[in-house]
Parts: sequence; C-alpha cells; structure tokens
Amino acid sequence: MKKSICLYFQVHQPTRLRLYRFFDIGKDSHYYDDFTDRTILHRIAQKCYLPMNQLLLDLIKKYGKDFKVTFSITGSALEQFDRYEPEVVRSFKELADTGQVEFLAETYYHSLASLANEGEFKHQVEKHVKAIEDHFGVTPKAFRNTELIYSDGIGKQVYGMGFKTMLTEGARHILGWKSPDFVYSNPVQPGLKLLLRNYQLSDDIAFRFSDQGWKDWPLTADKFLSWMKAADGEVINLFMDYETFGEHQKEASGIFDFMKALPGVVLADGSLEFTTPTLCARKHQSVGEIEVPDPISWADEERDVTAWLGNELQQDAFNKLYEQSEKLALLNNAVLWEDFGHLQESDHLYYMSTKFFSDGEVHSYFNPYNTPYEAFINYMNALSDFIIRIDDAVATFGQAPAAEEVKPAKKKKK
Amino acid sequence: MRVLMFGWEFPPHIAGGLGTACYGIVKGLVENGVETIFVMPSASGDEDGSVATIINASDVPVMSVASSVDEFLDKVRFVRVGTNMIPYTNPDEFYELVEAEKKQREVSSDKIYGSKYRFSGKYGSNLLEEVARYAMVGGTIAVEHQDEFDVIHAHDWLTYLAGIAAKELTGKPLVVHVHATSFDRGSEDMIDSRVYSIEKRGMEAADKVIAVSDLTRNIVINKYGISPDKVVTVHNAVDFSGRENLQVERGVRDKVVTFLGRITFQKGPEYFIEAAAKVLKRTSGVRFVMAGSGDMMNRCIRHAARLGISDRFHFTGFLRGMDVQKMFALSDVYIMPSVSEPFGISPLEAMRSNVPSIISNQSGAAEVLKYAFKVDFWDVDAMADDIYALLNYPALADFAAKEGYEEVNRLKWNHAAAKMKKVYESVIK
Repeated sequence: MKKSICLYFQVHQPTRLRLYRFFDIGKDSHYYDDFTDRTILHRIAQKCYLPMNQLLLDLIKKYGKDFKVTFSITGSALEQFDRYEPEVVRSFKELADTGQVEFLAETYYHSLASLANEGEFKHQVEKHVKAIEDHFGVTPKAFRNTELIYSDGIGKQVYGMGFKTMLTEGARHILGWKSPDFVYSNPVQPGLKLLLRNYQLSDDIAFRFSDQGWKDWPLTADKFLSWMKAADGEVINLFMDYETFGEHQKEASGIFDFMKALPGVVLADGSLEFTTPTLCARKHQSVGEIEVPDPISWADEERDVTAWLGNELQQDAFNKLYEQSEKLALLNNAVLWEDFGHLQESDHLYYMSTKFFSDGEVHSYFNPYNTPYEAFINYMNALSDFIIRIDDAVATFGQAPAAEEVKPAKKKKK
Repeated sequence: MRVLMFGWEFPPHIAGGLGTACYGIVKGLVENGVETIFVMPSASGDEDGSVATIINASDVPVMSVASSVDEFLDKVRFVRVGTNMIPYTNPDEFYELVEAEKKQREVSSDKIYGSKYRFSGKYGSNLLEEVARYAMVGGTIAVEHQDEFDVIHAHDWLTYLAGIAAKELTGKPLVVHVHATSFDRGSEDMIDSRVYSIEKRGMEAADKVIAVSDLTRNIVINKYGISPDKVVTVHNAVDFSGRENLQVERGVRDKVVTFLGRITFQKGPEYFIEAAAKVLKRTSGVRFVMAGSGDMMNRCIRHAARLGISDRFHFTGFLRGMDVQKMFALSDVYIMPSVSEPFGISPLEAMRSNVPSIISNQSGAAEVLKYAFKVDFWDVDAMADDIYALLNYPALADFAAKEGYEEVNRLKWNHAAAKMKKVYESVIK
C-alpha cells in the first residue's frame, strides 16, 4: 500500500478590534477595525490566496485525481471574503468544483468554545458546516478544531456531532515513542480516527523554508520527497496555515516554485499518493488509541493551550466572555449572537499572551498591539459594552409580561 | 515689595503641577501688592507677562562669578542624572525626553562661561547638569537685577542652587518653597542622595522654608533636620478662573468611581483595586476607572484580572487635555488613596467638577478639605465603605458634591499669597 500524504491548509482572518476606549462604552457598539481588516485581507489575497489557488487549480488540472488538497476556512474569514474580496470565494469555489479538494468543519469563529461550553461549541460547528455548504456546495465530513486543539473529551463531543475523522497535533508529549505517521483513534470513542500533524516536516515548509541559516536551506522538492520516504509510517500529515504561501514565506523565497514542483516529483517516484483526511481515514486502519487527557494544540513549543489561556488576564477575559452564554441563550437576537461570535475569536486572547520570550517571534508577528496589557484593556472595554447590551436585552425581555399586567389596571380605572 | 522668583516651568508649557502652582502664586502675589521677577530655564515667550516679569535663563550669558559660588557649583556640575529623580513628568513623556536628549549630546562644560546655554527646561536625562547651570545663570541674573528685588523665592530642589547663588551674590534673604520632597518620589531606601543633598542644602541656606502642607513640613523638620521655627506651612490653592464644567453625555448608566494620576507606588493604586473588589462583592451597577499611566500599571492590570473584576475595572491610559475634564464629568466618586502626597491638587479638581472625593489622610489636601471623605491609604475596608455609601445614598453624595464645590472655590491663591507675603516680611531686614 502506498504511503498517504495529506496536504491541509488552514485559512483564517481575525476580526480585529478597533481602538475601543472606556469613553466608548455604552455609546458605540461597533467594535471592529474594518479598515485594517480590509487592508490586510487585500494584501494577503494578492500575495497568497489568489495566486496560490490558481497554482493548486493548475496542478489539479495537470494531475487530475492524483493530486488532492484540503482546506479549512473559518467563518470569520469567509465573512471578510464576501465583504471585501469576493474573488477569493470564487477561486475557492473553482477548487471545490474539481472534486479533488476536501473542506473541513471547524468552529465558525475560530473560537475556543470547545474549552468552554459544549452547547456553544456545537452551535458554532453547525454554523460553520452550513457556511461551507452555502459557499462551496460540499458538506464537511472531517473535523479540525481551532488551532488543532484536541483532548479525549473534545474528541468525544466531535464524534457526537457525527464526525468520524479529526485532525490534531502530533505533539511529542502525548506520543512519546510513537510516530505521528499513523492513524490513531480516540480512547472513549474508538470510532473517531485521528490524523496527527507531522510537525517536523510541516514546519520545514511553514517556518524554515526561507531560513538561510537552516542547514537544509534551500529546500527542494527532491530533498523533501526523500525525507517523506524516510519517514517510517503510513501517513504524512502536512498541516499548515495557508498564509505560509506568499505571506509568511515570500514569493521571492521560491515557495511557489517548490509547491509547483512537489506533486510531479512525488508522483514520478510512485511510492506515495496524495489524499485527504476522509479518504485517508477510510484507507488506513487505526494502529491504536492515543490518550490525551489535557488539551493539546499546534501552538508554541508547549503544544498546549497556554498561548490563549496561560495568564490571569486571558483567563479573566475568557471567563467573563463565556459567563454571557446563559443570558444570551434566553435571547433570540442575531446581532448580539454575531458579536458574541466575533468576540470569541481566539486571536483576541492570543494578543494578550505574555509568552513573548520563548515564542516571541510568532506572537509579535501576528499582534497588532504593543503589549498584552493594551490588548487586554481594549478587549475588556469592548466586552464591557457587549455585556451592557446583553443585560439591557435581558431586562426588556423580562419586562414584557410585566407590561401586559399594566393594561388591565388601566381598564379598571375606566 | 519685590521678589525674585526661580521656577522651572510656567504655563502654558507645563509637564507637571509645579508650573500651575507658580502661576497661581504669582497671580496671588500681584493681588497682595507684591511684584515678581520670574526666572525660568526655558521660556517660550507666550507666558502670561501681565502678572510677572519673565526672564528666560536661556537668554542670559553666564559671567565669571565670584569664586565662592563657583566652588560649590564645581561639585555638582558634572553629576550625571540617575533614574528615579524625575519629579513631575509622566513616564511616557519621560521616555520621549530621554530618547530625544540621547540624540543631541550635551555641550562640553568648558563652554559655559561667556556663553548662553539653551536649557530644555524639562525634566530630562541631564537634569542635574541643567540644575547646576541654572544656578550659575541664576546668580548672574540676580546680580544684574539686584536693585529690583527684596527677597528671593525658589521653588523645589531644581531651583534651590539658583536661589543659593543669588543669595550669596546679593546678600538678599532666601525663601525656599517645598512642593515635594525626595520622600514623596520614592520609598525611603530608594532616595537619590544627590537630590536629597541639594534639597537639604537649599533648606539650610534658606532664611525661611515654606511647605505645602503640615505633612510636608514634618518631613522637612524630621528628615532634613530643619529647625521647626524656620518652616511655615502655606497650603496650596487652585485657580479655576475661566473654567466651565463640561457636560458630557454618559455612555454607561453605571456609577463610575475614578482614580486619576500616575500609577506609581506613591499613589496607592493597589489599595483602590482592593477596595473596588470589596465594593463589587456587595453591589453591581458600578464601574471603576484607573486613568493614567506609570510603572505600576501592568501590575495593576494583572491584579484586577486576578480578582476577576476586569469587566468592571477599566484602564484608560494617560489622559491629556480635555480628556481629563471629560473623565471628571463622567465620575460619581473620585478617589486619591495616596501613600504619600505633599498636597494633591486632583481632588480639588474633582470637587470643582461636583464629584465627591475620597482622599487618604496621608495627603496634604486632607488638611484643608473638610468635605472630602478621609481614610488611611491602607484601610481598604473604610475606602470600600465610603465608596458604597456615596454610590447608594444620594443625599450623602449630593451634600458632599455641593459642599465640596463651595469649599474648593473658597481656596484662593490670594489667601496663600498673603501668607507668603508675611513670610517675606519676616526675613527682610
């Protein structure tokens, strides 16, 4: 049996908050920096999404059923595409129409709902599945959680939502001596197959590709093929941010040429084949269960959730946000639900991370704030306004019957 | 009566409270029939010249002065500035100043004589050198104008050396005015000994010392060893002329409790956070605001997050200009929990904006404000009680706001200046 290669790309754009001051609380409930979102999206569309989609489309046309890729596109990103760059949606649709591209399900808002609230988690996954169906006419069958966050418990919930395949990180501390290059399964729900990211090979492309100080620079398709062949498992999961192509690794680094050459080199060799998560899980048996009692992710050296919930600021913000779930559940207010979603984007918590010293480069690259404190203050101001709106809505909701009681009193006077 | 006054700044270009206080004093002196020659290191030309003759020390070339003065200046001339001695500026501005000054290296010292020196007049990195040069220029100015004044008045340590030089060269009596001491700027083990020694020398050379509060007077007596009969308390006042209270539409219906000032150890910000958490346990419908910046800000943000009150405890960062007035206008209670505050003008501003104020007993303002609520800075229970009461008992809050407004309007520089005039009279032979 040929070894499988899963190429999966994550597409996400955060809904950035504007400078939201204390003085704005209760006065202005638009929290977002639309201008920055639009500017950044436009740049990334030109540098990454459009040229890379075209490149992949050309490869699929050239190799037909032999070349496959996988995407997960967050709802937040889709909203921005619809609003600012509809051309990007059209080009993803073209890829979807080839039938060679799998789309994954995830949380619509790229949120940490899986760590907070089962109901909200499910709600967002359903919302995301619907958005993918509406945009691309395909129904996601496999699942990836925000930042590949996974634990035994989360896996159980995901299985409960009807997914049989889930992607996560091949974190060394959970694997021990085991290789990430096999299919595993959830110990609580053995029906859920797990695909683990080969972080070594994935990061060779995503992080090290243009690093001229790296001993293996420059990376060529032939060299990469030899590494994949040397891996002793059955599956090689290359999971990375889609913005790797043209944004994190600039065009001048040769990243596009590398990707253009890779399928040809792999297919000519003949010992590996391209596949997608769902097909891969169908083809390969689970070699065993893997236990993950505490959540893991693909972030930072620790591969845990401390990038979002590692300090007291993040924890307070996270707790205050999800405390609103109960009140919101009483309300059927689409606008509030939408803001609740956008405020849940994990990026907001990521900006508050104080882990600058070990993983500073990555953190600061994506961070619009000078300090985690600024990020926290700004977020809490916006959240405070949001909480006021919920409380107002709940208050009027409760008053409705009271208002009716007044009427008979008036009648009596007559 | 005529006074030669050494200041460091004067409105409209001010970084701290000293310039505002000097302006009030000079205006008050005019009303008491005292003429002032006001010397400052770097005047811009748009200062209010109707209240005093302004002399810009940057315009005056230094003459080779008597050797006795030269000698003591020698000791301080090349002392470099350390950290922790920036008296009034806020940390952001300080950072900008230091960065700016690093770029333009200072002139070498042998060019001092016969030349003009452009003072920055700020509180920057070569502050001690500016203080020394200011003394030399100050001496020169005193000699040039010696027939035009009867007494010398120097404000805070930055100008003490200038005051001493003027006294030694002209023989006129010297009054030094203590607005703040080293002990208000850092904890006792962090005192900058160079600044302390200039302060002490100024107080010792002075014929009388004016302190802005009894609290400060006690520090002058106990920490600087100055004889009690030489030290006189004259409380600060505040000039509200031409100011109208802002009307601001409120975004939040909750009551707002505000702390406004530098977020440093001296201001007691963490006591405020603790008190806020206590209040929030008993009542909702209130928000707390910490306006300002400072070296304890990040620690305070973490503190509030740890107590789980970040959705009700807000930080605004450093506020400028109208935002300060706006913040007062949005406030229902003002709090100044200072650990050590020579006077503290901000509660007066708050009360003038009809905001009832809670201040610590460890502030000079507590000595003059009858209608402010007073607590010990460490007594967070008492602080929480007062906040709760002001939020929940409108009669109390209305009374405190109304009486407080009247009270601060009665605090006039005119009265303070009359006391200063008496001090002058006591030293003029």
